[in-house]
Amino acid sequence: MSISVAMTVNGKAVSGKVEARTLLVQFLREHLGMTGTHVGCDTSQCGACVIHVDGKSVKSCTMLAVQAEGAKVTTIEGLAASPDKLHPMQEAFRENHALQCGFCTPGMVMSAIDMVKRHNYQLDEATVRRELEGNLCRCTGYHNIVKAILAAAPAMKSAGV
Amino acid sequence: MTAATGIGARVLRTEDKRFLTGNGRYVDDLPLARATYAYFLRSPHAHAKIKSIDISAAAKMPGVVNIFTGKDLVDAKVGGLICGWVVKDKHGQPHKAPAHPVMAVDTVRYVGDTVAMVVANTYDEAKDAAESIKVDYEVKPANVDPGRALDKGAVEVHPEAPGNLVYDWEIGVKADVDAAFAKAAHVTKLDLINNRLIPNAMEPRAAAADYDKGTGQYTLWSTSQNPHVLRLILSAFVLGIPEHKLRVIAPDVGGGFGSKIFCYADETMVCWAASRVGRPIKWTAERSESFQTDCHGRDHVTHAELAMDKDGKFLALKVDTIANMGAYLSTFSTAVPTYLYATLLAGQYTTPLIYANVKAVFTHTAPVDAYRGAGRPEATFVIESIVSKAAAEMKMDPAELRRKNFIPSTAFPYQTPVALQYDSGNYPPIIDEAIKIADYKGFEARRAEAKSRGKLRGIGFSSYIEACGLAPSQVIGQLGGGVGQWEAAQIKFNPTGNVQIMTGSHSHGQSHETTFAQIVSDKLGVPMEQIEIVHGDTATTPFGMGTYGSRSLAVGGSAIMKAADKIIAKGKKIAAHLMEASVADVVFENGTFKVAGTDKNVPLAQVVFAAYVPHNYPLAEVEPGMDENAFYDPANFVYPAGTQICEVEIDPDTGEVEIVNFTAVDDFGNIINPMVVEGQVHGGIVQGIGQALLEAAVYDKATGQLISGSYMDYTMPRADDVPSFKLGYKVTPCPHNPLGVKGCGEAGAIASPAAVMNAVHNALAPIGVKHVEMPATPLNVWQSIQGAQRQAAE
Repeated sequence: MSISVAMTVNGKAVSGKVEARTLLVQFLREHLGMTGTHVGCDTSQCGACVIHVDGKSVKSCTMLAVQAEGAKVTTIEGLAASPDKLHPMQEAFRENHALQCGFCTPGMVMSAIDMVKRHNYQLDEATVRRELEGNLCRCTGYHNIVKAILAAAPAMKSAGV
Repeated sequence: MTAATGIGARVLRTEDKRFLTGNGRYVDDLPLARATYAYFLRSPHAHAKIKSIDISAAAKMPGVVNIFTGKDLVDAKVGGLICGWVVKDKHGQPHKAPAHPVMAVDTVRYVGDTVAMVVANTYDEAKDAAESIKVDYEVKPANVDPGRALDKGAVEVHPEAPGNLVYDWEIGVKADVDAAFAKAAHVTKLDLINNRLIPNAMEPRAAAADYDKGTGQYTLWSTSQNPHVLRLILSAFVLGIPEHKLRVIAPDVGGGFGSKIFCYADETMVCWAASRVGRPIKWTAERSESFQTDCHGRDHVTHAELAMDKDGKFLALKVDTIANMGAYLSTFSTAVPTYLYATLLAGQYTTPLIYANVKAVFTHTAPVDAYRGAGRPEATFVIESIVSKAAAEMKMDPAELRRKNFIPSTAFPYQTPVALQYDSGNYPPIIDEAIKIADYKGFEARRAEAKSRGKLRGIGFSSYIEACGLAPSQVIGQLGGGVGQWEAAQIKFNPTGNVQIMTGSHSHGQSHETTFAQIVSDKLGVPMEQIEIVHGDTATTPFGMGTYGSRSLAVGGSAIMKAADKIIAKGKKIAAHLMEASVADVVFENGTFKVAGTDKNVPLAQVVFAAYVPHNYPLAEVEPGMDENAFYDPANFVYPAGTQICEVEIDPDTGEVEIVNFTAVDDFGNIINPMVVEGQVHGGIVQGIGQALLEAAVYDKATGQLISGSYMDYTMPRADDVPSFKLGYKVTPCPHNPLGVKGCGEAGAIASPAAVMNAVHNALAPIGVKHVEMPATPLNVWQSIQGAQRQAAE
């Protein structure tokens, strides 16, 4: 049985017909072809699929597509203002070599932005490390991810994002 | 080239923008028109006879296109998966090599063994249909414990390997070692288990394939670290597709750590079935499949003994190891616990006599093969654990005991008693620097302060050596390896002056697109933005061996240097013609050809243009075009070395181990991009910390079920499990490759398990704990503390 679903993704109205069991991440990747959001596990542990739904970070493998009916969704593809103007968090990841294979990166960046905002742009290393418990990275050993997030917090504040 | 982008500069990565904006292209991201989707039915049993497989109900399920079983492969005369390295046992006999069917035919031998492939219009339909396949299994007892696999009466995995023995291999002369032990003033003995690990690259393995009926061409997209090797294996041994009719593409790959070197059943099936289905096929592993079917790592049971004189000088080392191969021999599995393990047992030390005996065994578990470090972490763990234990027993400072036995810097090249000849190194300054950074002198004060808070603080050293940069082909051939180990590069200038570098290496996180471009930018003076690194496609890159064994820079980078030399040599001839000078007088500096001692010059871009538009050109002597190939076969392995110092605090009430300080000082030879090297070291250290404190692949001994089969059961290191790291470098350039580089990809993971565990033992020694196995989980540590306390009370 297919169900109609409509939502806003990165500022654009989108719609489609999905099965009841279709996950939000499947809708993004397979229906919309937005493959920036990744799937790294089947138990909602790895965080590669984190996106923002109505401004909050969500593991898009834990949500059905139909649950996002009417929601405002932001994915990694919707962060940069333009191809040359990265979001301060993306820029900080690049400046601090916070990514290697790039697979966990979209989820890391989306989680990190939400983390900075929830902590009102004030973070310390221990907080960042604790807050990253829902995102796994096998390449970086987290050292540079933590550095990048700490660097991005003030940059996001001054950029007003 | 400018210091900003040349060799040694901290250049930000070219590849980052696409990864940071969601524009990476991994296998699962590929849009393939009319694609079908595959799901693999896996064995739920560790050992069972397949009495029958009934696909009739499944075949009628919605969307099902085709279902294949092992019998279809037998009928189609598909070959089995291969092991590409023949290890000869101590009697000169080749290892036992039972058939490894791509899909099980009459017997399943581990949980996850592939039983059937369902192809349907959608992935969900394929998965739904697989549930309707009826397999009648006769379940049999399983053997999953390598320590018991050789026991009399142990359940046999293959009739072709009586007693589960794959090989009984040795290196060194046992009688000489025994004689040295007889004269020793002190012998330290150690039993340890190198815990089995599951690699867990964040991108699960995936494959997609398409078949072109018109040309007979197969295209296979795979999450491979070495697409040319995968093509060679599929073509020559498994599927028989002519090599020129099979194109393998490894696009962006989300981490490998060894697990994506090998030729697996599922990608083989996707490729084979593409022509039979007549539509493209896509498959991506679910994480639970990755846990069950990716090749696992480590899994050794070892007894070691170190003989010393009264001053702590090492006289001899004796090591007995049982190495678990799993149920089948994976692509390079047999080499890992032999030539990549026992040949490293000299470590950084002058130990004159070494004997190692390795028995490889079959068990009803997933195949075991190379995982980050591959044999070298296991060797380092043995050496560095026993050296620290010896220091404690002899009441010597662990750094002092190491220093006393280091190979002196004047002794290189140094022939070890276990085949390798170390090319270069200088170990004392490395440990000195690590001691300084870690403030070793201040440790006892920190220990006392921790004690006042009720915490047990400990410090541990690990001084590793590794042989990487695989490898000199003739040596590999003599040792039974089935392939060459050179690397290839092509430098192709385009008429407008920009340049494409085709490499046989593959980047799945290692940053080749940046560091390889830095080499070319430095050597040829071309700006970074005009350089494109092309990798991962057998149709566009020269045949190469891929990326593993920290070989990309030392071998692949050297091939690029050789090709660049050819570009310069050819360019000199063209430039000499353009400047009306003698070739002998032309020099090349900073991207410009000059006539020495004059102000005559012509930039490389102009020479390239002349080569493609040869109107004023020495056509009689020089061919047009600017496109050079090079193959580089290394003269020796490279030998990175370093010392790590780990400091832990243990809560005796909970058994929790916290890493409070971690220092690593490495000698990687010359460094191309320090930012990238640091990232490799960080990641490696954390994989080693994971092994030491968190990770363990656990099979239930009674049923053979994989208990640690998901992220809820297998503890991956998370950000709050690890600290930030303090790194340092010492440089002794590699004397035999043109870049003077060693290799940095595996070092962190090779050294850190011993550093952590030595710190744990150091912390627990004052309360009488003798030995803790990895992973030192809170439960494990707490139980050790309870045991020691009970013993003290008795």
